[in-house]
Amino acid sequence: MVGCVVGAVSLVLHDVACRHRHKLVIEGVSATFGPGLSAIAGANGAGKTTLLRAIAGLHPLASGRVAGNENPALLGFLPQRTDIDRRFPLSCRDFAALGTWSRTGAVSAIPVAESERIAAAFIRMGIADLADRPIARLSSGQFQRLMFARLIVQDTPIMLLDEPFTAVDAATESVLIDQLLAWRDEGRVVVAVLHDHDMIRAFFPHTLLLGRGPAEFGASGGVLAVEHRFPRSAA
Amino acid sequence: MLYTLLIDPFTLGFMRRALAGCLALSLAAPPLGVFLTIRRMSLTADVLQHGILPGVAIGAIFGGLSIWWMGAGGLLAGVVVAVLAAAISRATEGREDSGFAGVYLLALAAGVALATRQRGIDLAHLLFGSVLAVDNAALVLMASVASLALIGLALIWRGLVLESLDPLFLRAIGQGRAGVAFHAFFMLLVVLCVVGGFAALGTLMSVGLMMLPAIAARHWSARLSGQVGASVVIALASSTLGLLLSFHANLPAGPAILLVAGGVWLASVAFGPEESVRARIAMRSRD
Repeated sequence: MVGCVVGAVSLVLHDVACRHRHKLVIEGVSATFGPGLSAIAGANGAGKTTLLRAIAGLHPLASGRVAGNENPALLGFLPQRTDIDRRFPLSCRDFAALGTWSRTGAVSAIPVAESERIAAAFIRMGIADLADRPIARLSSGQFQRLMFARLIVQDTPIMLLDEPFTAVDAATESVLIDQLLAWRDEGRVVVAVLHDHDMIRAFFPHTLLLGRGPAEFGASGGVLAVEHRFPRSAA
Repeated sequence: MLYTLLIDPFTLGFMRRALAGCLALSLAAPPLGVFLTIRRMSLTADVLQHGILPGVAIGAIFGGLSIWWMGAGGLLAGVVVAVLAAAISRATEGREDSGFAGVYLLALAAGVALATRQRGIDLAHLLFGSVLAVDNAALVLMASVASLALIGLALIWRGLVLESLDPLFLRAIGQGRAGVAFHAFFMLLVVLCVVGGFAALGTLMSVGLMMLPAIAARHWSARLSGQVGASVVIALASSTLGLLLSFHANLPAGPAILLVAGGVWLASVAFGPEESVRARIAMRSRD
């Protein structure tokens, strides 16, 4: 079974700034994401996805630095669904098997232990019966479960998730939340970009809130309460 | 009767050589074509086949009508055009069609101009292929290219799948450079196969044996392995039947093989089990 307990890993952001299409969208962001669940929230265009990609090493920093993301093999990254060509003729099992890349490389066979890991991940996500189905024939909820299965197979101590619950059905949402809680209990660092403040308050103790003013980082209850005051003070 | 029609032509040495060469390419080229179609790079293949023509002609100018000189020239030109096409794709962010058209029209014009200036080159053979052109040297070229392409594809298979499907994932796990290398190596294999086919099939038809079976195979399986298998079977059959057609109807080999492969493609679009007209009608009547 998956479930190595991960040691003390954390992601530390020091005064990070990022550009998107030459425009500074994030500025002066400092935060520490330790083991457990943390959220990145903020209005559309506030730079949530850009920041997550920067933490994942996929987007250059304009200034500042990030500590803890140096080894990309320790990072699991869940992009927004639109980034993947769903028409690619591949079975779900083969898709999830690509999550073993950091351990198996480009040519060697997938060892039995890895196949078992994949099978276990499918059972956890409730998609064991879909293993042989082409990815083109999955609903969006099923596909998101498959993406999570690949993350489980990757087995990384840090998980970076970009809007993991967008356009999934309620049953899938609860399966995915259970997985986030399992990762939390295993001591992994989980950082998710999220819209839904009720969801954040319920499950994510820490929030980084991006907006027009300086970024706020801290306990979710306090940070998200600030946002309600913010539009008034800006007006 | 059937024997005369199907077997007799292959009692001739030149037909056997052409058959062996085309069957070898049929094993190696269509799997590359499957990846090209999945990656929506069919147009790139088109650019490549026109692109190698000036190289082949220049090779002939330097080395005479030696298959190795012409092949080397074609390979070099193919690599140049592949790099150029990649640069155009990147610079136009995917709106590459007009840039591609410019490149392949220019290459075709330059190639034809160079080839006509060179005595001894039969332009029609160069463009459309000739069964008689498959001498022992050409057969060795085709077989070597096919072997290299098969081994090469086997080595990069998993990387190519990942790079085609989810390049962001490769970058996220710190393998972005490996992804670029997989892509570059894949394009090199494509160029090799196009060059390998030019003697028998002609520079204009060479890509056809790669692409037509591949796009037909999309209608036979929803799996990558199934599509690759189907494309190879279609290519093997098209090569054999096409060479017979070429022999009996006195047609150049390239167009004859492509006519058969094209017929299979049309039939697949109409009747194949996946995403065909028949499958759509069946689905609509079920609703």
